[in-house]
Amino acid sequence: MGAWQPVLLANVNRPNSEKIGTYLSHGGYEALRKALRMPPEDIIAEVKASGLRGRGGAGFPTGVKWGFLPKDAPVKYLAINTDEGEPGTFKDRLIVERDPHSILEGVIIAAYAVGAHRAFVYIRGEFFLGVKRWIKAISDAYQHGFLGPNILNSGFDLDVSVHRGAGAYICGEETAMLESLEGKRGVPRKKPPYPAQKGMWGKPTIVQNVETLANIPHIIKRGAAWHAGIGTEKSKGIKIFCVSGHVNRPGNYELPLGTPLRDVIYGYAGGVRMGRGIKAIIPGGASTPLITADKIATPMAFETLQAAGTALGTGAVVVMDETTDMVEVLRRITRFFVHESCGNCLPCRVGGHDMLEILERLTAGKGGRTDIEELEYLAKGIYGQTFCPMGTGMVEPVLSALRLFRSEFEQRVMHK
Amino acid sequence: MDARNLSGKPAGRAIVDPARQSMMLAALYIAQEQRGYLTKDAIHQVAQRLGLTDGEVYSTASFYTLFRMEPIGRYVIQVCEGLSCYLNDGAERVVEYVSAKLGINPGQTTADGRFSLQTVQCLASCGTAPAMRVNEQLYENLTPASIDEILERLMGEV
Repeated sequence: MGAWQPVLLANVNRPNSEKIGTYLSHGGYEALRKALRMPPEDIIAEVKASGLRGRGGAGFPTGVKWGFLPKDAPVKYLAINTDEGEPGTFKDRLIVERDPHSILEGVIIAAYAVGAHRAFVYIRGEFFLGVKRWIKAISDAYQHGFLGPNILNSGFDLDVSVHRGAGAYICGEETAMLESLEGKRGVPRKKPPYPAQKGMWGKPTIVQNVETLANIPHIIKRGAAWHAGIGTEKSKGIKIFCVSGHVNRPGNYELPLGTPLRDVIYGYAGGVRMGRGIKAIIPGGASTPLITADKIATPMAFETLQAAGTALGTGAVVVMDETTDMVEVLRRITRFFVHESCGNCLPCRVGGHDMLEILERLTAGKGGRTDIEELEYLAKGIYGQTFCPMGTGMVEPVLSALRLFRSEFEQRVMHK
Repeated sequence: MDARNLSGKPAGRAIVDPARQSMMLAALYIAQEQRGYLTKDAIHQVAQRLGLTDGEVYSTASFYTLFRMEPIGRYVIQVCEGLSCYLNDGAERVVEYVSAKLGINPGQTTADGRFSLQTVQCLASCGTAPAMRVNEQLYENLTPASIDEILERLMGEV
């Protein structure tokens, strides 16, 4: 395990890291100067060649998404997703609070590449400090001529504004986020059309996660080959892993994709507290299937975690030691998703509620004989049958836990 | 044909300006700041300014947990009950501790109107769990001692 020199998180521990002066004195906005001298299509080609995939959970190739935007459309938008809410995930909050200019530089380059002159930052309403940092970063960027009309005499204009969400996990889903930006209930839209075709106010819109955008300046500055040379065959570049739960050193760890899960947990996060064994790991946020310690050698990459029966998701690793009550863990995760269901479609709204009732009975030790079968029946019925991916995300942990820890559930059933 | 459609809007009403409607959440935040919650009158004022019906504004406001329709304490304590907080001896344990200190249950406000206690979903502080928030301030790595200190300081404030 060679020591990785942080790139995305290189600034976050410097004093006054959020200030534009700090950012500028460490090479900030150099990538923007370079980008503005490049034809926009070359930037898209560079991002495509880099192999960068979205860091918000779905992992869609970023350059490909940019290429979907119709070139001849007169009005196009860029929307920046800072609605971090996937349980276990705390990386975007860190970047926004400590290094907002690294995202903003990515925003400006992305907008220039796709020909958007208006960008909307959507930030989780609870991120009070993040809102302040975003607004300050944007206003300082205007002062320095990085935003507004004719940016750095390039002839390119861009305006960016900040919009607070108001407490709704579902608004992290890109079309629900657009609904919320438009001042409506955050209910997901039908896809297709995808936002790149019909997004904000019906105009072609690129929606991009904060961590994804923070990668853009580095790809422009160091070149696509640099990025494509890191990671695995299908997962290029670097990723911030949020490690929490029963580990000695929880925190954000920036590492090359493909780093084995074992190194993340034992090398960087200091291993499990009190030297205990691991019972379960959530590798990519609460909506990804649980795994057990036998998968600890798995490289942290899209394709390898998929092969292991789970997903990279947001890169949020939650470690649970051998003493953990898995039925209680599932009750808690399910309660989150039931609370956050937008209520628009039945399997998620009603099915989720019914699953939670069963899990509450089980944790109270009052489960009936048919409860486990019923829980599995509900979870299978919700899987893939909801309007947006949230329903499936809600049952992934349930289905995996019933497979891996069934006996724990069975012990909670009353035997009469 | 009836002069009104099902939603009670007068027929032939001006088309909603999408740019104006997009100011909804910001307008609701401003309105909420006046009294600490959204009064019926505040909803009405927002609706008037955005060119929407009161019902449309209420529908949107009620979707989001940060908008409140009832009066709330001066200090709103929101304890994270997420998975990582639970794994770090937080969540319910913090709720119980704060509850005992203030003599209120989650969802309640102290008789003097100073403190409200709520439970909330993941605050994105999993690496520094357990966590809670008091109004805009986030408190992380909570211990009984640090909770005591936070509450005693707030109780001392006039």
